[in-house]
Amino acid sequence: MTVGQGGFEAGAPAFPAAAHDELRNAQLRRNIRRATTTIRAKTARVIAELPDWEALRLAGEAIKRGAMHGLDRHLLQLEAMVTRAGGQVHWAEDAAEANRIVIGIAQGHGARSVIKVKSMTTDEIGLNHAFEAAGIRPFETDLADMIVQLAHDKPSHILVPAIHRNRAEIRGLFLREMGLTELSDEPRALTAAARRYLREKFLDTGVAISGANFAIAETGSVGVVESEGNGRMCLTLPDVLISIMGIEKVLPLWADLGVFLQLLPRASTGERMNPYTSAWTGVRPGDGPREFHLVLLDNGRSRILADAAARDTLHCIRCSRCLNVCPVYERTGGHAYKSMYQGPIGAILTPQLRGPGEADSLPFASSLCGACYEACPVRINIPAVLVHLRGEVVRARQATALGRLGTENLAMQAALAMFERPRLMAAAVSAGRLAQRPLQRGDILPRLPGPLSGWTATRDFPALPAQSFRAWWKARA
Amino acid sequence: MSSRDAILGRIRAANAGQPVPSAASAYRTGLGLSHADTVALFASRIADYRVAVERVEDESGIAAAASARLALRGIATLVVPADLPAAWLPPGVAISRDGDQDPRALDRIAGVMGGCALAIAETGSIVLDSGPRQGRRAMTLLPDYYLCVVLAAQIVGSVPRAIAELAPMVRGARRPITFISGPSATSDIELDRVEGVHGPRTLDVLLVG
Repeated sequence: MTVGQGGFEAGAPAFPAAAHDELRNAQLRRNIRRATTTIRAKTARVIAELPDWEALRLAGEAIKRGAMHGLDRHLLQLEAMVTRAGGQVHWAEDAAEANRIVIGIAQGHGARSVIKVKSMTTDEIGLNHAFEAAGIRPFETDLADMIVQLAHDKPSHILVPAIHRNRAEIRGLFLREMGLTELSDEPRALTAAARRYLREKFLDTGVAISGANFAIAETGSVGVVESEGNGRMCLTLPDVLISIMGIEKVLPLWADLGVFLQLLPRASTGERMNPYTSAWTGVRPGDGPREFHLVLLDNGRSRILADAAARDTLHCIRCSRCLNVCPVYERTGGHAYKSMYQGPIGAILTPQLRGPGEADSLPFASSLCGACYEACPVRINIPAVLVHLRGEVVRARQATALGRLGTENLAMQAALAMFERPRLMAAAVSAGRLAQRPLQRGDILPRLPGPLSGWTATRDFPALPAQSFRAWWKARA
Repeated sequence: MSSRDAILGRIRAANAGQPVPSAASAYRTGLGLSHADTVALFASRIADYRVAVERVEDESGIAAAASARLALRGIATLVVPADLPAAWLPPGVAISRDGDQDPRALDRIAGVMGGCALAIAETGSIVLDSGPRQGRRAMTLLPDYYLCVVLAAQIVGSVPRAIAELAPMVRGARRPITFISGPSATSDIELDRVEGVHGPRTLDVLLVG
């Protein structure tokens, strides 16, 4: 792949073209459907157990709003508290600067390899490629991320990134990459093989890299929520820990965890609580890493914050529930989004992180059905942000001569002029009623002519009825 | 200008003129259960993670119950926190005290036994804060078998209650906090749940009182 801005793919095809390819992959569609259906049922069950789920969502939304509104203060307090507890804080404006900081620290310790906890943010900045370019081998330790990494593949779901792979493929991969001669394709046996392979890495590697699910300004605590224990291994055993977090992950108060440690596991994996959650505060002598670095990453986030209509995008806690309820994601899978952030949240987050003119087919990758908004544990109004971003794309197109003279813009401008003038509207409708005759099949126009044919390529156009509402109203009076 | 100043400057500009958001609304912090019912809920919720829970009357029963559990699981070597009460120590196994063993030494030990900071009924979670009777984080992570002793008095109802009780440990002593809810697990291969990935693959709980 080409590495574009950070870990995003440069020159990736637009969503409709990419989705078209993915839809042909029957295995992928089966796996994705099974994953989304199973996780949906689990989340629904554990959410129904809580009598105050809606109150928790409201509280989560309000806490995130407050966190963003006072973001400068919270980050400064976080920096002060982490430093006081023996950690070091770094600020990175973009992917390149974050990678430079992290690699500099690893090189300072003479690291030839590093172990990594699953982290979307390090995917976003393309950290693994930067490590390889610097001659340092990064080992992903989350089982699915390891499968994706060993196969030189791409993640297809935020929560279960290797869901497009089946057990036989994973067995073949492990045999080849781990130098094994015998291995069954039972998930239990494959997991045990990964345990043995990675245990040596955990015990031998001196530098670990993690993301962060949250950081608490009040106390300077940083947290990772996980299932497999690879997180605890990386956070506890190596001498040096480097955590990279987007600036939007800060929460003002320790007490805020009382809300988010309920919302996240139930919305994400559909568990009452995930197996392991770690929260550490700086360095603790004799227990865990001797050196802790926290890298605070902007990489477009402050630009999103400046857009009042879209800034709630930053509230996302990466639970992936919106993927599991999305009718579009369920059919196309994650690869069509050409980003580590997929599904509805990816459709609003990726174009904003990448900036104007990039990934601008994604805001259209939705039917605006609203299921994502209803499912979101922090109530991000994803459909509203999608519509806002579509508007931005159209405005950007209208700003070019080609866009102004394009069929879509001309048709929309003509419609606007007509809807503003009742006489023109009546005349156009009469003319249309005549013009449509050769095209009409019953109540529909299956195929529009010329440049308008694009509209009817995937849908019917309703025919004008013999009598308009306005004519009917007049006749009635 | 440093990156820090540039980022903070952009954040301040983005937030200028934004309305002050309203404070978070109230949510449930208690379950409204008696303590006995809270303890019973914990026992049933942690059992949902396929953790074996054994109830013992009082602290005098810990050593014998632990010994029986370890025999059942075939655990012959055990590491325990340096300050685990002598009366809790199970007879019949080789015990080492947690100290400054390196991770490889801990990796060679079959089992670990220790206490906890508190436990949460609603989610069936055990919480460690590296405080009394708990040892270092690596100790409860590397051995393949984990026997956790939970005193009934340590069980709270809800997650918000647990977070509130942990606050002084985090603010003052800056203790590392670990929430444990069942053995480690993955569903990464074809969504088949496999219990026991990198942490202890078997977790047993002795519930005291």
